[in-house]
Amino acid sequence: LALYFHSGEREEKCIIKDVPSDTLVIGNYKVQRWDIHKQGFLESAPGLGMFVTVTTPSAEVLLSKLYGPQGTFSFTSYLSGEHVICLQSNSTRFVAFAGSKLRIHLDIRVGEHFLDESVVQAKDKVNEVNFRLEHLIEQIHHISKEQNYEREREEKFRKTSEETNSNILWWAIVQTLILISIGIWQIKSLRDFFISKKLV
Amino acid sequence: MPLRGSRAAGPRGRLPPLLLVALAACAAQASEITFELPDNAKQCFYEEIVQGTKCTLEFQVITGGHYDVDCRLEDPDGIVLYKEMKKQYDSFTFTASRNGTYKFCFSNEFSTFTHKTVYFDFQVGEDPPLFPSENRVTALTQMESACVSIHEALKSVIDYQTHFRLREAQGRSRAEDLNTRVAYWSIGEAIILLVVSIGQVFLLKSFFSDKRTTTTRVGS
Repeated sequence: LALYFHSGEREEKCIIKDVPSDTLVIGNYKVQRWDIHKQGFLESAPGLGMFVTVTTPSAEVLLSKLYGPQGTFSFTSYLSGEHVICLQSNSTRFVAFAGSKLRIHLDIRVGEHFLDESVVQAKDKVNEVNFRLEHLIEQIHHISKEQNYEREREEKFRKTSEETNSNILWWAIVQTLILISIGIWQIKSLRDFFISKKLV
Repeated sequence: MPLRGSRAAGPRGRLPPLLLVALAACAAQASEITFELPDNAKQCFYEEIVQGTKCTLEFQVITGGHYDVDCRLEDPDGIVLYKEMKKQYDSFTFTASRNGTYKFCFSNEFSTFTHKTVYFDFQVGEDPPLFPSENRVTALTQMESACVSIHEALKSVIDYQTHFRLREAQGRSRAEDLNTRVAYWSIGEAIILLVVSIGQVFLLKSFFSDKRTTTTRVGS
């Protein structure tokens, strides 16, 4: 787990993952707490846990669990779209406790397919190539799923653009009609007014 | 072989431990993260890199404002390796000159009220070869070479797909912004039009109504 970032004690940090449906997403994290006295990050902080919340694109909560200072969580998306993974520590310390922060190591993998290590152990050349081929097939399936999802999104994009186009046209027509009818009404109203005031 | 955007796992079962350590040291890692950067905020990420590793940082702004962000990459000594202001998309490759923790930060401090969604992909090291040549007796067979070239091609397909997905997300975000803006402005304009024209008539009428006695006096 190499990539890390800092966060406040009670701060919630969120990551967005845009995935197609039926995709397995696995997250690995490790959290360390800053120690004032040692001026360093503690290797292990017992009692420190992280709430992991995963929200689907339709704002439903898919996963909401408390894990320890180090953990692995996973979920399978059943809708395609932007899933939001949020991490928040369960620290009950006051926010005013200055200088305390957390170091969160994070690694999120999408569509990971576990290698069958026993097959790798076999010295048989044919099996090895077979096993690599299976992986390539999984990769192709993933690409195909992403492409399907891309097609859905492009359709949504196209609909939005067409809606904008017809909106502009419709509103331009409405405004022109309003302008013409108001103009006619104005002239008529003023003419009747001046006639009634015997100015014309 | 696992997919890009995930850590590559070498064929650990087959190699002696010493080679395993050496391989782990130059095992590839790719972290791609999409996060939301609030206005006036700065978000930094750190990674420990071994000397001599070739690394690539690529980022793109997906939604928000003018779709730009400040980015800054520093080495363990604090020397700035890469610094760009208000960039929409960029890719930067460098070789780590020394061991240590490298830091890169994205800043939205120039923006007053727009949140930005930023995607970045930080690739450390090269992917390990599909068929490692450490304890090989013969050259790669045709099947194996075919697998290697298919794998390379698929990796680049996934790469292009990711880029396309980001561009499409950016375009869609702009289109949705445009749609709402057109709707609100059109309704606003129509209302203003009605109010102003009706108001004009009544104002004009009011000029001639109450001052009737005064106008006749001016005339005579």
